[in-house]
Amino acid sequence: MRRLAALAFLALTACAFGAPEPIKLGMFASLTGKQAYFGETNSRGASFAVEEINAAGGLLGRKVELLIEDTRSTPGEAATSAKKLLHRDHVVALVSGTASSPALEVAPLCQAAGVPLVAATATNPRVTETGDFIFRACFADPFQGTVLARFAKDRLHARRVAVVIANGSAYSVGLAKYFRERFTADGGEIVAEPKYSEGEKDFRAQLTAIRAAKPDAVFASGDYLESALLCVQARALGLTMPFFGGDTWDATALVELGGKAVEGGYFTAHFSPEARDPAVQSFVARFEKRFGLKPDTGMSLGYDAVMLLADAIKRAGTTDGRAMRDALAATKDFAGVTGRITIDAQRNAAKSAAIFTIRDGKFVYLESVDPR
Amino acid sequence: MTEFLQQLLNGISLGAIFALIALGYTMVYGVLRFINFAHADVFMVGSFVGYYAGKLVPEHSIWGGLFVLALAMIACAVLGVVIERLAYRPLRGGPTLNVLITAIGVSLLLENLGQFVFGATPRPFPELFPVTTYDFGGVFISSNQLVVIGVTLLLLFALRFIVMRTKIGTAMRAVSMNKQAASLVGINNDLVISFTFALGSALAAAGGILYALNYPSIDPLMGVLPGLKAFVAAVLGGIGNIPGAALGGMLLGIVETFVNGSEWSTYKDAIAFALLILILLFRPAGLLGRYVKEKV
Repeated sequence: MRRLAALAFLALTACAFGAPEPIKLGMFASLTGKQAYFGETNSRGASFAVEEINAAGGLLGRKVELLIEDTRSTPGEAATSAKKLLHRDHVVALVSGTASSPALEVAPLCQAAGVPLVAATATNPRVTETGDFIFRACFADPFQGTVLARFAKDRLHARRVAVVIANGSAYSVGLAKYFRERFTADGGEIVAEPKYSEGEKDFRAQLTAIRAAKPDAVFASGDYLESALLCVQARALGLTMPFFGGDTWDATALVELGGKAVEGGYFTAHFSPEARDPAVQSFVARFEKRFGLKPDTGMSLGYDAVMLLADAIKRAGTTDGRAMRDALAATKDFAGVTGRITIDAQRNAAKSAAIFTIRDGKFVYLESVDPR
Repeated sequence: MTEFLQQLLNGISLGAIFALIALGYTMVYGVLRFINFAHADVFMVGSFVGYYAGKLVPEHSIWGGLFVLALAMIACAVLGVVIERLAYRPLRGGPTLNVLITAIGVSLLLENLGQFVFGATPRPFPELFPVTTYDFGGVFISSNQLVVIGVTLLLLFALRFIVMRTKIGTAMRAVSMNKQAASLVGINNDLVISFTFALGSALAAAGGILYALNYPSIDPLMGVLPGLKAFVAAVLGGIGNIPGAALGGMLLGIVETFVNGSEWSTYKDAIAFALLILILLFRPAGLLGRYVKEKV
């Protein structure tokens, strides 16, 4: 009888060894609701990365599984999604497929659980300031704000700028703050700073106030959707000065929604599918073959976020939280599709930003700006 | 002065849209004494019908635009009747609270079905009517804003005419006063209620199209915010009262715009709602509403 039990035990463990458990990665993403754009593109890029990792034999001899939870673009929902992934599914690491505000909800949970989090598109500095388990695959807003301020001064020759802020969006408020700091330090003047609630569609009141202030250029720090409508209404109110924005502008929908009104606008970007780097070209080709469309910024950052994690797991040789954390922190010159990534002391990806302009409905690359 | 006039104009064009949606809330309330929370989502469906119908007609043509507007109004009228038939009629005669909760259910159903069918990402709305901007000495107004104000006024008077001057309007008023007595004198309650829903939903569709023309990005959750504002406008003007809804919408739009253009834009909603509370403290039935004593 005892022998039988021992045999059964052996058979069971043999089974377990025969098909090792997959490595579970979790992702919380805004797949529905107002910010569905981030969730959809980030998660598609992340899923593609997982497909490629598995096709190449997985990680540490195990398959990788990506569990995606929808945050529905609703405050509070990101924390719920992350709790499910952490405590029900026991994922070894998390990827954020959202803007900054939801990532800020989740960061303390990951820090407390000792599970590394890599944010794909959350650019607000407070995200990684939460603790030493929180990383990001994109550059942060202080850098982006500085780049934009320099660009406005040197290239647009703007001295008087109006800044439009989406109240309640950590991204927009933060970006506007870093822009203002740098721009005023360089001798520029912020002549108007109207605010609107996130998700608002009528900006005529704010634009009328801007018109009265007569700026040389307008910095729209909100997301692409609000910025597109802002530009349309600005042109209808007779405002002719250039408008520029941050990396959320890098969405084809900006041109679809904004049409002629966004022509001549400028924005910072993480990624260009036209980059001549052969690794990027190969990525674009593989992606197009798989999905029939060119990868955009969100997809590329989602891809890089998972690849950064995979690289760290490979180097750590284990899925232990602390070991992965240390490996992530030691990332140096990682060849991501969005550029060479080195994780700096603040756990941000130090890499260059590109500046694009909109010409004939297309995004045209202007220049790259290196960190500091 | 230019800035003041411009803001006033901005406020009126925003208020006209609130007014248009508020008319639907107020009408259903007038006849059935309950708030049709699904109204704001019918508004969304209207704009999506417009989005697809807009592909069938050339852009920037008046006839094409009017065709799309009419098609969306008809489609939503049918939708309104179907919603009433399936979700509200089986509960008629029961406690009002049940219908109210069902209305919230229908609203959530439409929002989630919308995300399932259309996808959650916002999409651009075509320019149906020819677009030009008029410049009155520094005060700019776009043709779309004029269309909104014009159509709102037109529908307001048409509605007033239907309710006050036609046979079906008389029947609506009779049903709103007393359902039992109305059926005793030979009024078909079901027909009148169906008609009310058809009319209210057609107005929502018109609102949806005009809103999308002015803010050309539509998504399945676009009805939530304007729906809430329009509901507030209807209460402000005196719910159940047609000119009241128009007045409430205008007032809310203008106040919002002036707050938005000022330093206190962050407190926009707080100020708008504080105004509502203040007015309701002094006029509990709303601006144009009449206080009705319940008979025991």
